Amino acid sequence: MTSLNYADIGNVVPAVTGEPSGSSSLADLRIDKVGRRQFLKLTGVVGGGLMLAFHLPKAVAAETGAAFAPDGYIKIDSNGILLYAKNPEIGQGVKTSLPMIIAEELDAAWSDVEVLQAPIDQTLYGFQFAGGSMSIPTNWNILRRSGATARQMLVNAAARRWGVDAGSLRTADSHVINKANNQKLAYTELASAAASLPVPDADKVALKDPKQFKLLGTRITGVDNEALVTGKALFGVDVTVPGMKYAVYEKCPSIGGSVKSANLDEVKKMLGVRDAFVVQGNANAMELVPGVAIVADSTWEAIQAKRQLTVEWDLTNASTDSWSNAKSEAERLTRDPGPSVVDVGDVDSAFESSAHMVTGFYTYHFVSHAPLEPQNCTASFKDGELEMWSPTQTPPQGLASAARVVGINPSKVTLHQMRCGGGFGRRLYNDFMCEAAAIAKQAGVPIKLQWTREDDIAYDLFRAGGFHRMDGSIDQEGKVSGWRDRFITFSNDGRRPVSGGHITPDVFPGGLLANLRVEQTPLEWKNRCAAWRAPGSNVFGFVVGSFVHELAVAAGRDHLDVLLEMLGESRQLSPRGLNTGRAAGVVRLAAEKAGWGKELPKQRGMGVAFYYSHMGHIAEVAEVSVSDTGQTVTNTSGQSKPRRNVRVHRVTVAADVGPIINLSGAENQVQGSVVDGLSTMGLSVTFEDGRAKQTNFNQYPLLRMPATPDVAVHFVDSDYSPTGLGEPALPPLAPAMCNAIYSACGFRIRTLPISEEGFFIV
Amino acid sequence: MNLKVNGTEHNVGEIDPQTPLLWVLRDTLNLVGTKFGCGITQCGACTVLIDGTAIKSCGLPISAVGAAEVTTIEGLASPAGELNSLQQAWVDLDVAQCGYCQSGQIMAAEALLRTNPNPTDSEIDQAMESNLCRCGTYIRIREAVKKAARQSGISSLGERQ
Repeated sequence: MTSLNYADIGNVVPAVTGEPSGSSSLADLRIDKVGRRQFLKLTGVVGGGLMLAFHLPKAVAAETGAAFAPDGYIKIDSNGILLYAKNPEIGQGVKTSLPMIIAEELDAAWSDVEVLQAPIDQTLYGFQFAGGSMSIPTNWNILRRSGATARQMLVNAAARRWGVDAGSLRTADSHVINKANNQKLAYTELASAAASLPVPDADKVALKDPKQFKLLGTRITGVDNEALVTGKALFGVDVTVPGMKYAVYEKCPSIGGSVKSANLDEVKKMLGVRDAFVVQGNANAMELVPGVAIVADSTWEAIQAKRQLTVEWDLTNASTDSWSNAKSEAERLTRDPGPSVVDVGDVDSAFESSAHMVTGFYTYHFVSHAPLEPQNCTASFKDGELEMWSPTQTPPQGLASAARVVGINPSKVTLHQMRCGGGFGRRLYNDFMCEAAAIAKQAGVPIKLQWTREDDIAYDLFRAGGFHRMDGSIDQEGKVSGWRDRFITFSNDGRRPVSGGHITPDVFPGGLLANLRVEQTPLEWKNRCAAWRAPGSNVFGFVVGSFVHELAVAAGRDHLDVLLEMLGESRQLSPRGLNTGRAAGVVRLAAEKAGWGKELPKQRGMGVAFYYSHMGHIAEVAEVSVSDTGQTVTNTSGQSKPRRNVRVHRVTVAADVGPIINLSGAENQVQGSVVDGLSTMGLSVTFEDGRAKQTNFNQYPLLRMPATPDVAVHFVDSDYSPTGLGEPALPPLAPAMCNAIYSACGFRIRTLPISEEGFFIV
Repeated sequence: MNLKVNGTEHNVGEIDPQTPLLWVLRDTLNLVGTKFGCGITQCGACTVLIDGTAIKSCGLPISAVGAAEVTTIEGLASPAGELNSLQQAWVDLDVAQCGYCQSGQIMAAEALLRTNPNPTDSEIDQAMESNLCRCGTYIRIREAVKKAARQSGISSLGERQ
């Protein structure tokens, strides 16, 4: 175990962790595969009623009795209607929105429905995960057919009971109704009869015309909201199991370090401490890195003991990552061409024949996920079997990793999915589950592993920083004629860029310009980097969305006109790629709603940006004021900058993500993405001597309420299939803001966080 | 050591007097609605009321609580389970995303409304500034506080708008 292994990096469901834009071919494959497999399973179930029980979740099957449970999603008995939400809830709202789809086609009254988190069972549900804004697009058809099939069976049961033709019946509000005489039977009364009927062919079951939707598109409050506001146990950290002790885990401050020795005897004597021991890593830095575990009677005693712990680390293979070195290296590298990712037309000729050239060096720092619930997991290892309670975004992978770490077959692991106190991509990776499993096995008692906030930041899987030397040309007609992006990214293995640090040919303006060259060179980096909300898009959106504005300014033209001209005539660039008509539609809508072009007071400005990611077309307009404070601030490079305050008056968002499932949840996701975007514009994790300098929220100042602007959200009513909203509203925010700041004060910000240039959102 | 939480006296046994109230609530009394977020009183996820004042329980040693009345998120609803006006507003407006910070947010808002039943936007902003929401639900939190203020005003004082 001498070197770091990042075996799982980029390997954790590529489509989930997200290639830069929603048009990635991997994402396409994933949807088709999951969809088809699920669909076959559903039709397989259709083949014979006897098969049904086999497909039921264990917990359901045990108590089914006369219940009607045609698949893993629905269970109806005389007590009521249960719907199962298959994917982890991380704040994106799928525990509410996915069952809403079923309830719509089932024609169940929402007030009659109870929602439960589904068990983790891939044979029943396919891959269960929260990531890539994929829950809605991958489950839309499956869940509609699930609801419609069950509805048809309930109708058939009523038809048989009444001795009438099924065609003479209709459904509404959890009842089958005889159209002739308005006689009614509740689904709960029909459940046991429906359970014994043959399952109709899911292919032939009629789906509703979307115009008939009653539930979808309305505002539905989250199914866990009452439990949340009364403080019920829901999250990973809330788990208590009999005999449980509390554990913490100390890892080397510089990743790659291993334990030489530790004052274990001293620590073991401390109040409440039950055990302290060294855990060897498993040579996969994404699973289990070496450290010292402390097991105590309470979380506080464990944390106190951790503070008294002294470890001598072997730093032979430890990280020496340095942001300042990386920055100098990137500046040097961008003087020469790098390997190209895309090279169409003739950029050099376009530049030579240009009327104007624009050059800019863009930089963005590393950032942390910082979900408010620090990583944690409860684990019990007994008689060769592992039981876990985990807030994870990828339960099947967490289960497999934990099994590997303790050396058992995954079939010997039971995993209880807990609500996640934020995800943002952090919980796609399950190092905390591996640690909990290893500690529980050695401790011999169930343990709840609790990371501190300091652990959570130091051992995050960071959103990688990056550098882009941008060059672009304006031709004699004032049009954008050439574009070159010389991108310096990071790699954990020295070869492949980290997840979210890989630029692809379809990144804007890919497919839109005749002369385009994008180059990519990775710098080696030991600290782990991975998917962070809208991976890739969250940084590429900033660079390209700002640079389009730079070009428009150089051409002396309105930004909106240049953007619409680049999008060109309405067309679909690839099957699941950018649709320029939908793009232009949201750009125009956002501009109109924001009052683009209206006269603004001095030091006030508007900026627009568009970005396509995760199959969502989103445009945003920010309106800001910039004021000089007369003070100066020192940035992370030690440069003194005049401090300027940015007041955000309003952000206007236009989104085309197809039909909206839950209007309340959708609006909340968009507003939250805007606030997250504003927050992240002021955040940075900097590395020196191999480790992050920031340790807690006092050095990582998330946006707070007073700086939060109004956010107006407009959804385009379209007939496309619905797509997810956890991510795509984030990428356009930073460029819209930086463009607005330029319009307000004439300063072009090319660095995130904007505090590097002395700007602060207040 | 004794502790009065949500109107009930608890004997929490022999305990390190330096233990923050947060961990006594969570680990000893199993009142897990109060959350751990940062441990340095920066995020507000652990906010409770001490004699009606919003306090971050991760920074308050148990020895400093004394005979004061501790109110946690579990103590806001009526004994019959009826939500108070803030809790109801949070549900009605679907404030939460992940929901992890929301019990702390509600407790901070509760302290505000107890002293200022009809706060302005900027008074709400000031009172809520010490509570972080990583999901960025501030817009709805602000609306929910206003909605609760309107409803409490009407129910307790009748004439207040």
